Amino acid sequence: MIEISDLAFSYGNNLVLKGISTTLEEGKIYGLLGENGVGKTTLLTLLCGLKKVQSGRILTDGENPFDRSASLLEKQYYLPDEVAPVNMRAGKFAREQGAFRKDYDHDKFLSLMEEFENDPSRKMSQMSAGQLKKTYLSFAIACNCKYLFLDEPTNGLDIPSKSQFRNAILKYTSDDSTIVISTHQVKDLENIIDPVIILDRRDVLLNASLQEIEEKLFFDYGNVLHPESLYSEQLPGGFIQVYPNKEGKESKTDIEALFNATHAHKDIIKGLFKK
Amino acid sequence: MEFNSNKAIYLQIADTICDKILSGELKPEDRIPSVREYGATIGVNPNTVMRTYEKLTSEGVIFNKRGIGYFISPEARDIVLENDRKEFLEVELPAVLRKMELLGLDPDVLLSKSDLII
Repeated sequence: MIEISDLAFSYGNNLVLKGISTTLEEGKIYGLLGENGVGKTTLLTLLCGLKKVQSGRILTDGENPFDRSASLLEKQYYLPDEVAPVNMRAGKFAREQGAFRKDYDHDKFLSLMEEFENDPSRKMSQMSAGQLKKTYLSFAIACNCKYLFLDEPTNGLDIPSKSQFRNAILKYTSDDSTIVISTHQVKDLENIIDPVIILDRRDVLLNASLQEIEEKLFFDYGNVLHPESLYSEQLPGGFIQVYPNKEGKESKTDIEALFNATHAHKDIIKGLFKK
Repeated sequence: MEFNSNKAIYLQIADTICDKILSGELKPEDRIPSVREYGATIGVNPNTVMRTYEKLTSEGVIFNKRGIGYFISPEARDIVLENDRKEFLEVELPAVLRKMELLGLDPDVLLSKSDLII
């Protein structure tokens, strides 16, 4: 479990994160959403111990990630948005890097590469951006870490790779791992992320499971605007709108609409989800 | 799996399983995939599949053998039939009747079309 309490971080005078408190539980695939520049990548690098928390704290299984203890490092893997095109064959790269990681499974790496239709005998420096990303994704998942942090993993992936990515995450990660995926491509990941975290500059606006979201909010795909609508958007066949679910009706979360409703009515959403 | 209606995903998955029970593709005592297996097959978070299984368990359509998995219960077909009939009579049929009224169609039309389904 990761406990974040009253976290703050700034780059020089530029305050990026402030007053961030939330908890990340085991066995869940978190979707980390937020507008450009709210500090999603900064948060991920803080979580994996690449940056030092300036105030507040992060505890991962009771340890501060910035202490970079071996026992914690072997449990986590962070895959940044941009990855290095190493001048080495993918299979050799993975085997050599994997040697440093306790739970790395090379057969799993090869199965993942196959799933992604990616050739492990190719040099990474000769791969396209998408192929390179898929090599790193295969490696990241094959490390079998309890904590997996993925920054914009579907950026640069072609259309078939997106569903391959979803299946890879669901099929090759273990029950008790905590996966945090930061993304703007919510449509790519809509059915695999649960819970959803919406980050704002000074706040965590939302950290809730889809079940909680669907209990509290109703996603209406009809053609009559509701007076309490928190967000609505015109679609060819009517509206998608979001309003408080007062009658306990069932609906399907639309993450884009949820995000927009949250941004338009931060206080109402926070009030609804207060525990 | 494509999810395009606006029904909650976990309910759509439940509908798929119930349809397979009605069609006979899933029979009593058949084991259904684990939450993770099924999630990976259809590209859906295991939590969502868990919600489906919890709902179907509470309705008595499936049951859990601890440590082994989920199975179709012996009376699954009867339960699904009863639920679907109720849903049809209380939700779908009234909608059809409202639409017929809107279009100025006489309910007798239904009888004249009954040969279409046989």
